[in-house]
Amino acid sequence: MGAAVFFGCAGIAFGPALALFVLTVAAEPLRVIVLVAGAFFWLVSLLLASLIWFVSVHLSDREDSKLQYGLLVFGAAVSVLLQEAFRFAYFKLLKKADEGLAMISEDGRSPISLRQMAYVSGLSFGIISGVFSVINILADSIGPGIVGIHGDSPYYFITSAFLTMALVLLHTFWGVIFFDACEKQRYWCLGLVVASHLLASGLTFLNPWYEASLVPIFILTFLTGLWAFLTAGGSFRNVLKCLSCEQEDASRVMLYSALQVPFED
Amino acid sequence: MITFMNNSDSEEEPCNERTSLMSAESPPVPSYQDSLQASEAGEVQAHRKRRTGSSRGPSNTADGDVSDMGVPVRESTAENEEEELTLKYGAKHVIMLFVPVTLCMIVVVATIKSVRFYTEKNGQLIYTPFSEDTPSVGQRLLNSVLNTIIMISVIVVMTVFLVLLYKYRCYKFIHGWLILSSLMLLFLFTYIYLGEVLKTYNVAMDYPTLFLVIWNFGAVGMICIHWKGPLQLQQAYLIMISALMALVFIKYLPEWSAWVILGAISIYDLMAVLCPKGPLRMLVETAQERNEPIFPALIYSSAMIWTVGMAKPDTAARGSSHQTWDAAEDRRENHRSPSHADSQMSETRSPIPTRPITSFEEEESKERGVKLGLGDFIFYSVLVGKAAATASGDWNTTLACFVAILIGLCLTLLLLAVFKKALPALPISITFGLVFYFSTDNLVRPFMDTLASHQLYI
Repeated sequence: MGAAVFFGCAGIAFGPALALFVLTVAAEPLRVIVLVAGAFFWLVSLLLASLIWFVSVHLSDREDSKLQYGLLVFGAAVSVLLQEAFRFAYFKLLKKADEGLAMISEDGRSPISLRQMAYVSGLSFGIISGVFSVINILADSIGPGIVGIHGDSPYYFITSAFLTMALVLLHTFWGVIFFDACEKQRYWCLGLVVASHLLASGLTFLNPWYEASLVPIFILTFLTGLWAFLTAGGSFRNVLKCLSCEQEDASRVMLYSALQVPFED
Repeated sequence: MITFMNNSDSEEEPCNERTSLMSAESPPVPSYQDSLQASEAGEVQAHRKRRTGSSRGPSNTADGDVSDMGVPVRESTAENEEEELTLKYGAKHVIMLFVPVTLCMIVVVATIKSVRFYTEKNGQLIYTPFSEDTPSVGQRLLNSVLNTIIMISVIVVMTVFLVLLYKYRCYKFIHGWLILSSLMLLFLFTYIYLGEVLKTYNVAMDYPTLFLVIWNFGAVGMICIHWKGPLQLQQAYLIMISALMALVFIKYLPEWSAWVILGAISIYDLMAVLCPKGPLRMLVETAQERNEPIFPALIYSSAMIWTVGMAKPDTAARGSSHQTWDAAEDRRENHRSPSHADSQMSETRSPIPTRPITSFEEEESKERGVKLGLGDFIFYSVLVGKAAATASGDWNTTLACFVAILIGLCLTLLLLAVFKKALPALPISITFGLVFYFSTDNLVRPFMDTLASHQLYI
């Protein structure tokens, strides 16, 4: 408890997200807008899911704890499905925006590609989902207290932080894969993404048996990351080329059509 | 006028008039439009040759085939350029407004969460005389509605009064009023704020140091806001006084009244700006007729200027744009500078040799940026601050309101780009903010809390 735990857990949970944001998103205004709009979509999906859960709880017997737990599981599943549905809706919106931007721009290409938007939208879902999951826990960790005094796990904060980090990264990867699958109309990919989201959420039900929940989730994150990397066009050779910092000068071709006689008024 | 006559009354009065003025200035107004038209006029010549090479739609290529620089091409290209400029500058403007709005909200939320003074109930403003301490829900609702009616009527009266003063050219009066209210904000409220912050962190400060700090802060603030100063310092001061004002509102408005007032003022904003006889619309139109900006001291201006490497025209243009942008505060110069700057801009633009447009082009483009009224800052921050203060220690509600307001602002700017006329900035954001506040506080919070207690993630 205290500042050390707060800063440590905050760093673990949001370090990658912050780095990704600062390095890739913050410099471009369009990407920031896509980020904020993505967060909005996720929030709306959460709102609807909470509404469904709330109504179901109020219609049921409050005293029955097993029923309540079951309703919670149901609520979580509905929430996952709604998140993916809103991801699809966001894809549709971004596709339209992309076409609009391409039409208006001077060279027929939009200033931001659909792939970049896929990545930023995934990151936005990840950030807002992570923030909503963990910010109250972080706020509590500043204050005084003893973790797990009633017999719960004393590793609550740090495991929450790691889970949040995994969730942020997972959302980012899912965003990339999802948009690509929608573009190429590979619906089995879509199904796999939804299934892996349900799996990740379901694994957290095994908390506090952290070996069974954290380790598989991180394996899932790694595999999804690999899949997203391959989807985005990466390959082993690309990595080697990037690491060896080779200069690419074959792509600078002078476009003769761009040279024109100066316009005289 | 209430501010002058009742100096001994509650200190919030000048701020209320000020708020009403500020909410009047909510539309990012002719400046955006002017900047769009001015920059478009200037850019048309520089960009024209870019147009000929682009393949747009069938109509344009057909026009392009007719003649190289024929009139039909010019017209269609001008229109396309205008659209492109709208979009190119649109995203940057959105971010230029996101940043100050976010900063203001951060200041307010940080203060609310740490300094207890602003969440304690210590009486109410005279504008909200009905107390909310009644046991019955109906009575409480009635009281808050009555409070709202009184507050909104005060604001309407003040705005109409201001519009009349402006119409009959009583500039000195308005000037004096504004100077008095910013004096109050910069000195008195800052003193109170500093006192409370020092109390919270148990830091001792002697009176001479305090006097020095407050005097310097206030004096520099007055100069920056009402006269000339570096743009970023002026922006910082405007953000700070908006935050101070929002904190006062958060402290002195009772709970339910605050929410009803927020709703009512966004409806009022909508009507005042869009209805033909609305006071704010008349204000905007009068200012446009006289070709002057509206009360520049009360509008946050995010003017951007890029002058990149021009030898001769540079100094002239830089001088003019510098004058326009810094002279935004000097009313007299404003009469001359917009037209002055524009003519200078187009003059300096025509002798520019039309080089091929590459990515490293040395092109001079000056932009006046977007302006947002301080009243909008204040009410956005009131919403987020109230969410932080009353949402039972929950950060999710605050964040949800924050995202909702940013999205509302984004949509408003998009509408502005489409309609190109003065628009109220409050309605969409406040509506989203209110919807998200109530739904997050009542629906999402129990759900997330229950999930967190089992350490479940969705």
